[in-house]
Amino acid sequence: MFTAFLIKYAEIGVKGKNRYIFEDALVQQIKYAVKRCEGEFKVYRTEGRIYVEALSEFDFDEVVDNLKTVFGISGICPVVYVEDEGFEKLGKDILKYIGEVYPEKDKTFKVCARRARKNYPLTSMEINSEMGGVILDNCPEMRVDVHKPDIMLHIEIREKIYIYSEIIPGPGGMPVGTGGKAMLLLSGGIDSPVAGYMIAKRGVKIDAVYFHAPPYTSERAKQKVVDLAKLVSRYTGPIYLHVINFTDIQLYIYEKCPHEELTIIMRRYMMRIAEKIAQETECLGLITGESIGQVASQTLQSLAATNEVCTMPVYRPLIGFDKMEIVEISEKINTYETSILPYEDCCTIFVAKHPVTKPNLNIIKKHEENLEEKIDELVDTALKNDELIIVR
Amino acid sequence: MEVYLDNSATTRCFDDVAALMTQVMCRDYGNPSSLHLKGVQAETYIRYAKETIAKALKVNEKEIYFTSGGTESDNIALIGSALANHRAGRRLITTEVEHPGIMQAMKHLEEQGFHVTYLPVDKNGIISLEDLRRAMTKDTILVSIMHTNNEIGALQPIEEAGALIKKVNSGALFHVDAVQGFGKERIYPKKMNIDMLSASGHKIHGPKGVGFLYIQENVKIKPIIFGGGQQNGIRSGTENVPGIAGLGKAVEMIYTDLEAEVNMLYSLKQLFVDGVTKLENVTVNGLTGRDSAPHVVSVSVRGIRSEVLLHALEDRGIYVSAGSACSARKPQPSATLKAIGLEKELMESTLRFSFSVFTTAEEIDYTLQAMYDIIPMLRKYTRR
Repeated sequence: MFTAFLIKYAEIGVKGKNRYIFEDALVQQIKYAVKRCEGEFKVYRTEGRIYVEALSEFDFDEVVDNLKTVFGISGICPVVYVEDEGFEKLGKDILKYIGEVYPEKDKTFKVCARRARKNYPLTSMEINSEMGGVILDNCPEMRVDVHKPDIMLHIEIREKIYIYSEIIPGPGGMPVGTGGKAMLLLSGGIDSPVAGYMIAKRGVKIDAVYFHAPPYTSERAKQKVVDLAKLVSRYTGPIYLHVINFTDIQLYIYEKCPHEELTIIMRRYMMRIAEKIAQETECLGLITGESIGQVASQTLQSLAATNEVCTMPVYRPLIGFDKMEIVEISEKINTYETSILPYEDCCTIFVAKHPVTKPNLNIIKKHEENLEEKIDELVDTALKNDELIIVR
Repeated sequence: MEVYLDNSATTRCFDDVAALMTQVMCRDYGNPSSLHLKGVQAETYIRYAKETIAKALKVNEKEIYFTSGGTESDNIALIGSALANHRAGRRLITTEVEHPGIMQAMKHLEEQGFHVTYLPVDKNGIISLEDLRRAMTKDTILVSIMHTNNEIGALQPIEEAGALIKKVNSGALFHVDAVQGFGKERIYPKKMNIDMLSASGHKIHGPKGVGFLYIQENVKIKPIIFGGGQQNGIRSGTENVPGIAGLGKAVEMIYTDLEAEVNMLYSLKQLFVDGVTKLENVTVNGLTGRDSAPHVVSVSVRGIRSEVLLHALEDRGIYVSAGSACSARKPQPSATLKAIGLEKELMESTLRFSFSVFTTAEEIDYTLQAMYDIIPMLRKYTRR
């Protein structure tokens, strides 16, 4: 019965003069999402509404699932639209709608009309009461409840007349691409894909960097990260994934610095490298999956020490989340199963038994001086050998 | 140099096996159930494979059934016989170190109301016959014990166990998972009181996806796969003729000169064990001499995580396994290593090296040399 979807967006509505920029971006993202679906669709914006209209056969669930990945959408309403052929015809259309969508009629309802076309002969209130009457006359089991109805029947009078009663929640947020671009430090763990998802939700486009330590981490570990990026890209659009060979840097740090500080110094170099790539690719910030106190490298002292090496803002959307809350989101966005595959990754292959949890920045900096001889060269080599994978 | 030392996971196919399979797939591709000549030709391959296997085991050809491999053989044997004999009792016995093909089938039977006793093993991975005797009761209907452990190469006292089982309760069936042992040692079910025996093609240089189950003539089995009634209804489905032909050929080739091959494997194993234990803080799990499998060595390298060493060896072209391939992709520690009481730190530092008839002394030397280079280097990065 449904051949179109009315797309509701919440936050974009209050953007004032810039609103059209967000709406256009949203239309673009919706077009991108429905392209993945079977069938042909027309996506258009009119009178502050966005419609997705199917021009051919399509799979209802598939379209809804894909629309649910578009940030900026607050609700997806399957609508029926009819031509305006007089009031009597509208009554018949509405009875037909109720008959098909709610075959078991034992329900309460409320009509909620909206007259966008002001030359329509009846006012909204009049439409409400007239159509309510038609329904009550024809469906004796149905009753009116204006406070908590089972069915909220929306009738919108525009060029055509739109009828809908269901609002499927969308992901909310802002359309990807309206908020600039940032560089996600992506690992094989649970947290970083979630962090990327959360920042993308605010309209930010995502690039990613992964630190690979061959031969000690395997091709499977790398494939796992590509798979994770692919899952996240459902929401964010294509992701440019930079794979950096980190082995020599890691071994060199291990050779020259105290083992307890390996992780923290390693993370400082990861941030430095990520920032360099971010600068070259017009990213405006870094994104990490850190959350306070989760591991030794995520205490306030450690975060401060890690943060000290970069001038770009570092976004940490999970900073106040508990592990369970992070797991919940990763399950929702479907990355959990992949994240828990047990391949070693460069953060786990060589770890000190007792990593320092309250690093002293001055001491860390002093130990980093041990690296002076070769580190710049190693970082340059790693950057030069950056392997770019476009994940979509 | 490429050195493949993961033969317990799978082996390279013999060239002659592959050639025969190509011929079956491209020329003699009939369905053995068809009445015409093409069907009869296909059947000939099955008959020949059956004869070869029956001869190797000294059993009747009628007692050989082809399956999709070790796991299916284990499942048919365990579930099929338990369901057929549950009126005689609902007690089953197995060990703590079995392959998932047995473990998961047993878990399934437990859910169906059967009671399973899991026999513990000693530090070498071997069960005690006394434990087995104590576990046996009048209503025990089935005992399943693996022949050769896939992770540490422990050999179970199969012949003694068979005699014991029949002495205590002549009605109890004895199943042996011989996936790792078949083709490494002569196994004679009749002499060893084995009622059912599972084996797989790809562990003996045959193809993957094919194996067999020996079922002693008088054993009652309920099928777990239903269909066209092929293979006496015990395993319906069109036979995997190329696979079966390949399996038969592999058995023929491996058993032609078995003693010489096995002697060679033992000498390679000795060479490797002697070499590897020269390294400090490196230990070998389980027995290493003639009382262990000729082709498996489990090595714990204290302080180095197995995946790190595995990939470092891979970098030199050497392919080995962490624990066992069947469980390497799961986060749980290996059941066998746990059962032999290995401390946790060592479980995470254990690699399995497994050899085949293609392995050479030169490859062993190359591997040892690589370990002499890599392990001290990685030790520098050991957790402290």
